[in-house]
Amino acid sequence: MTDFGFSISKSATIDMDAVDMELYERVCRQVPSARICMSCGSCSASCVAAPYSGMSVRKVILALQRGKDVRTMLSNCMLCGKCSMACPRGVNTRNLILTVCRNL
Amino acid sequence: MIYEGKKRIWSEYQKDIPDDHWYYVRSCIRQNFFPASERMFTEITRNVLGKDLYETPHHTTCGGIAYHCDTLPQETAMTIVARQFALMTEAGYENYVPSCITSFGNYAEILETWEEFPELEAKIRENLWKACRREFQKPKYLAHSSDLIFHWRDAIAAKAKHLLVNPHTGAPLRIVEHIGCHYAKMFPSKGEGGAEYPYVLAGMIESWGGEVVDYPERRHCCGYGFRQYHVKANRGYSISNTYKKFESMEPYHPDAIITNCPGCPYFLDRWQYVIAEQTGKTYGENGFGIPVLTYEELAGLVLGYDPWNLGLQLHQVAVEPLLDKMGVDYDPDAKYLGVNREDIMRPELPKSIRCY
Amino acid sequence: MKQNVVIIGGGIAGMEAANQLQLLGYNPIIVEQESALGGHVAQWHKLFPDMSVARDVVGRMSKSIASTNVFLDTRVVSVKSSRSHYTLSLSNGVDVTTRVVLIATGFGLFDARKKEEYGYGVYDRVITNGDLEQWMNGCADSRIPESPRSLGFVHCVGSRDLKAGNNQCSKVCCMTAVKQAIEMKELFPDSELYCFYMDLRLFGKKYEDFYINAQRDFGVHFVRGRVSEVGEDIDGRLCVKAEDTLLGKPLKIHLDLLVLMAGMVCHPQTSKVAEMLRLDVGNDGFFKSRDNLANIQESNQDGVFYAGACTGAKTIPETLAEARAVALRIHSYFNNL
Repeated sequence: MTDFGFSISKSATIDMDAVDMELYERVCRQVPSARICMSCGSCSASCVAAPYSGMSVRKVILALQRGKDVRTMLSNCMLCGKCSMACPRGVNTRNLILTVCRNL
Repeated sequence: MIYEGKKRIWSEYQKDIPDDHWYYVRSCIRQNFFPASERMFTEITRNVLGKDLYETPHHTTCGGIAYHCDTLPQETAMTIVARQFALMTEAGYENYVPSCITSFGNYAEILETWEEFPELEAKIRENLWKACRREFQKPKYLAHSSDLIFHWRDAIAAKAKHLLVNPHTGAPLRIVEHIGCHYAKMFPSKGEGGAEYPYVLAGMIESWGGEVVDYPERRHCCGYGFRQYHVKANRGYSISNTYKKFESMEPYHPDAIITNCPGCPYFLDRWQYVIAEQTGKTYGENGFGIPVLTYEELAGLVLGYDPWNLGLQLHQVAVEPLLDKMGVDYDPDAKYLGVNREDIMRPELPKSIRCY
Repeated sequence: MKQNVVIIGGGIAGMEAANQLQLLGYNPIIVEQESALGGHVAQWHKLFPDMSVARDVVGRMSKSIASTNVFLDTRVVSVKSSRSHYTLSLSNGVDVTTRVVLIATGFGLFDARKKEEYGYGVYDRVITNGDLEQWMNGCADSRIPESPRSLGFVHCVGSRDLKAGNNQCSKVCCMTAVKQAIEMKELFPDSELYCFYMDLRLFGKKYEDFYINAQRDFGVHFVRGRVSEVGEDIDGRLCVKAEDTLLGKPLKIHLDLLVLMAGMVCHPQTSKVAEMLRLDVGNDGFFKSRDNLANIQESNQDGVFYAGACTGAKTIPETLAEARAVALRIHSYFNNL
């Protein structure tokens, strides 16, 4: 194969037809409140780990819906429970985090 | 796909195109890439249709490439364009037809800008006077040369030697039409048929008996994108966009692609070889690529001109499968003979994609 | 003798105002250009938030004005105004003289073909919210596949769209999309549903409950990002592009049906009616109220009043409340003559 010094780049487009929702669906069956997140960001705004590590429950839920890896984000959670206090929809965030970890 | 729906949209984007007396300006690069295309345009306009088409050797670049590559401020491009208009005015013409899509976009953008900012036009007039003591009238009509071929498509069809129909099966050939970005994306009203469902090339295909392939990525850039290709570090973005288009059109098995831009046919043609090298994938039948033609080359084939006089031997992707499907008579041994019948040398043929 | 009140438009605003005016002792006369009363609402299937059957709602309203003078298939052709009266010449040859004209011409559904990138009228499987309601009402629609696997709803089609000439939010489309998504999930339990929104504007009573139900009980996917273009693949499926703006990444998906939430624009006859009665029209194309706070139903002409969506996008409860209020306003107008 000729080396041209460049090659076809991988597209950043999310291909929803190919997204594997299996983990998201499994987590939602165990933590039904995960489905009603409305991406307000209250969880991340008050998160102890967010400013230093990029942890965000909002982003974890979105990443699960788009088939993306959430391990790094979750590994920074300290399970303090502040996000549960902040969530206006009552998403059981602590349970959600633990459930995702158990299912990984 | 609801054809009537497209026709309704086409009817909303129609340009007023005078039938005769055009001042023609060539592209900087097309004669190197597709050497017979502009020659074919003048041939069709003057000799086949008997129209008045004027050009002058004093014409230069319009500054469009440099403007789009950020190496030239727009005011400079405007002054260059003002000089072109002065040449047109001096020659006694008022209908301006560029061969290049980026030029067409550049002219349209500049005329629109002057419309919005008349003080800028006044300043450019002053610049031009200081620089070369010239004055100009703005063109009354601006059209791209593909607009003119579109305008005369039925007259060309009436003289056709070969239609876009397979003479063996009677089936229409499936043609992808690709429109240069600068044709109508900036100003949809300046394009025949608009920018979402452009009709300028589709109309030629229909008129000449072919079937237009409408595929999901039809509006996408060919991949050239000046700053993507010209900067080697970004060249992967260029080929990635081309790849995206071919992946999208692949299921339709097009027999050919026609384009109306200097860069598009070049990149859609040459990148097929690079994609084949990098992925092993080819998009035509039996290991060939999909032939990519300019609309003038296609018009030339339709009118019965010899493919080798149309410069088709300079294409990367072999055009022979298309010639066979159209029933065009050609001499394979003459492919690499010049107009003087002397050998012009043969290119090294790649292994990844079938070529002759 | 009872005083005439001519009501232009026999949709829910006109019908409700007629009912109230009748109860107050007036002689309302409805002039309706279509062959039936009920306007847009009569075309719809179920109405949020209680999922009332639209036909029943319109039916009850029609019954309440069974004795009202109604001219169907009729338009106002010209108007002559004297100091205290308007004489309206109708297309059926009748002339009516009245002291009061009530404009209840309602809205027009945005022509979704204008958003060329969505391919309404070009692609086989693109429909509008209005089309879907009619289909649910039993009208056959060949564009809707028998068992769609994936369906999309595009919010704000021709609303909040400067380029389309309609800057305003149409108020009801977000809720309509959520309602229709739930209804489609009930019809096609194995399908996946996607709502493409810029903001979810679920302001009304129980609207947020619908949203929560759609997420929790029906698994509707909400994607924050406006659909930028639609294409059709070789199998006739739609290829839809949007940005997932919460993730900051482009997104694409294949869908079997795309429903465009066409917004509310001014009724196509607005400028004609405005010209005949010398009424002011706002830059949004709707009739211009004297002000948009306390005098929404007042026009610039003495004896001409407004009710409902002729002055801007409104929900059904808002429209009905205006219709009742305008009846009282007209009553006090007559009392002060």
